[in-house]
Amino acid sequence: MIGAVRERTLTPVSEADLSRMLRIRHFEKALLRLFEQGRLNGTTHTCLGQEHVPVAVSALLRPEDHVFSNHRGHGHFLARYDEPHALLAEITGREGALCNGVGGSQHIYHERFLSTGVQGESLPVAVGVALRHRRTGDGIVCAYIGDGTWGEGSVYEALNMAQLWGAPLLVVVEHNRIAQSTPTARQMAGSIAGRCAGFGVRHERVESVDVNVVRGALAPLVDHVRREKRPAVFEVSVHRAGPHSKGDDTRTAAELAEAAAGDWYPHYTRDFPAQVAALEEIERAFIDAAVENVLARPLSEWS
Amino acid sequence: MRVAEHLNRSLHSLMENDPSVHLLGEDVSDPYGGAFKITKGLSDRFGPRVMSTPLSEGGIVGVGAGLALAGDRAIVEIMFGDFATLAFDQLVNFAAKSTTMYGRPVDVPLIVRLPTGGRRGYGPTHSQSLQKHFIGVPGLSVYEMSPFHDAGRLFAEIFAGGRPAVFFEDKVLYTKPMLSDGDGLHTFEVRDGWAVIRAERDTEDVLLAPGGLTDRALTALRDLLLEDEIACTLLVPARLHPLDVTPVADVLAAAKRVHVAEDGTAGGTWGAEVARLLHERLWGRLTAPITHISAPDSIIPTAAHLEARCTVQPADIRRAINK
Repeated sequence: MIGAVRERTLTPVSEADLSRMLRIRHFEKALLRLFEQGRLNGTTHTCLGQEHVPVAVSALLRPEDHVFSNHRGHGHFLARYDEPHALLAEITGREGALCNGVGGSQHIYHERFLSTGVQGESLPVAVGVALRHRRTGDGIVCAYIGDGTWGEGSVYEALNMAQLWGAPLLVVVEHNRIAQSTPTARQMAGSIAGRCAGFGVRHERVESVDVNVVRGALAPLVDHVRREKRPAVFEVSVHRAGPHSKGDDTRTAAELAEAAAGDWYPHYTRDFPAQVAALEEIERAFIDAAVENVLARPLSEWS
Repeated sequence: MRVAEHLNRSLHSLMENDPSVHLLGEDVSDPYGGAFKITKGLSDRFGPRVMSTPLSEGGIVGVGAGLALAGDRAIVEIMFGDFATLAFDQLVNFAAKSTTMYGRPVDVPLIVRLPTGGRRGYGPTHSQSLQKHFIGVPGLSVYEMSPFHDAGRLFAEIFAGGRPAVFFEDKVLYTKPMLSDGDGLHTFEVRDGWAVIRAERDTEDVLLAPGGLTDRALTALRDLLLEDEIACTLLVPARLHPLDVTPVADVLAAAKRVHVAEDGTAGGTWGAEVARLLHERLWGRLTAPITHISAPDSIIPTAAHLEARCTVQPADIRRAINK
């Protein structure tokens, strides 16, 4: 274990990282607000409390790398592609949407980013894409999953094949301790480390809200995946500060308080109050303007 | 040439002519060459482009879809079509949907080959014809091998279309010869994805059947012609779904009675979908409702005498047409 969730002092954060974490946060908060106002169709899964993970990961990826994402993927996307207007247009079915409003929140295919809504389904596909990278260059595939995803057999089939065939696949596990409403302890026997050991797949675990600490722990693993052309699993212990989707949180007050305490945001406001305040104003205004801009657009078209 | 050898040669040519084609499946590598030997010689010749895989049907169809998305073309062999159920999510929710769910056309050049059907005594979980479960899945094509169609052309057609396909191959058909020209009584003509088998033009009886039923349908046709004096035209589509009957519109226009036969079990079948489509097209011209011939609503037993009861036989087809 590297670090602890409640670091006494965070390492200095770059403006770029902090801005992006705040941008994702305000994007997610804007979505929840729009839902409350009845202005969003369907459902969404926000990544509140987990924003620092994709921001840490994305800086280590190259343009040719592929990213596979899941239902809780807005942060994964925005950390990889700084296109909040296009993502919001996708979620609201407006002109300029990433996928013309067809895929919505959890089915996005844009450049080298692809998300699907079925748990674990992406991993075998990611192995296929990684095998192509193995053959054609030194690109890698980064696939985000959650702790709940480990209930799916496809995860094990994929890990087995990735290790057998040397697929350059980095699996980033955002272990947020809860699968929708079920605590991980009640849906997972054993550990993720133990599972990886069974396949001989390298595994690292980090528990930190510090974007630099997470990135520092991941960097050698990305290097390993890229150079050795082997899979690896990177497990980040995080807290889901928000509901599973919207207004469906059944956690107790104590559990919610614990999740809130494990959120990166209060740590950064505590350690870097002026920096957060300054950037937060910019990001809040930016997202507010994006919301106004996108919602004023015509509806998306699909032929 | 037997159908198995034709399929094998088609795969050899396909992989020789297109270096982007990869083939995955359980036990497909040499010297074994697949449970039905359809992939024999491929791994010796094409090395890492042919991959023997773990027993992970869902996983390998996903890998095939990943290769296809990334710019390759993939053929996945599932040892017994029965096990396609293990890959249903990857086929239905990923490969097929990906062609449209991202708001723009996305090519997924993926063929999942499914050795299928009974009459070999393999029992309830190794003898099924699961075509009906793949009918009407948006973005997914359903093909079936026949002794009339050039498999290489079908594979090329599927890849060119960019739509993933399940490709059923009847396991008894593997042992039968490829057919062309005719059998002395009937002429065999192939046009735009259909085989037209007939003794004379414009017959009042027309039978539609997938390729796996060909030998039994031909036996029924011969018996009908020689013993019952009924001339019936057999139509065999290579692509079961979506079904385009335009190329055989002239044959259907002459029909008074249409029959559809298939190996799947009764209930929610491919044949019912064909009947719906043809009733709309031919209503008012037919003199009887479309006849449907399928396996009964039953599992397929192992013992030969029991299995015969639960699979479509030539006599079943003859009886239905001669009613």
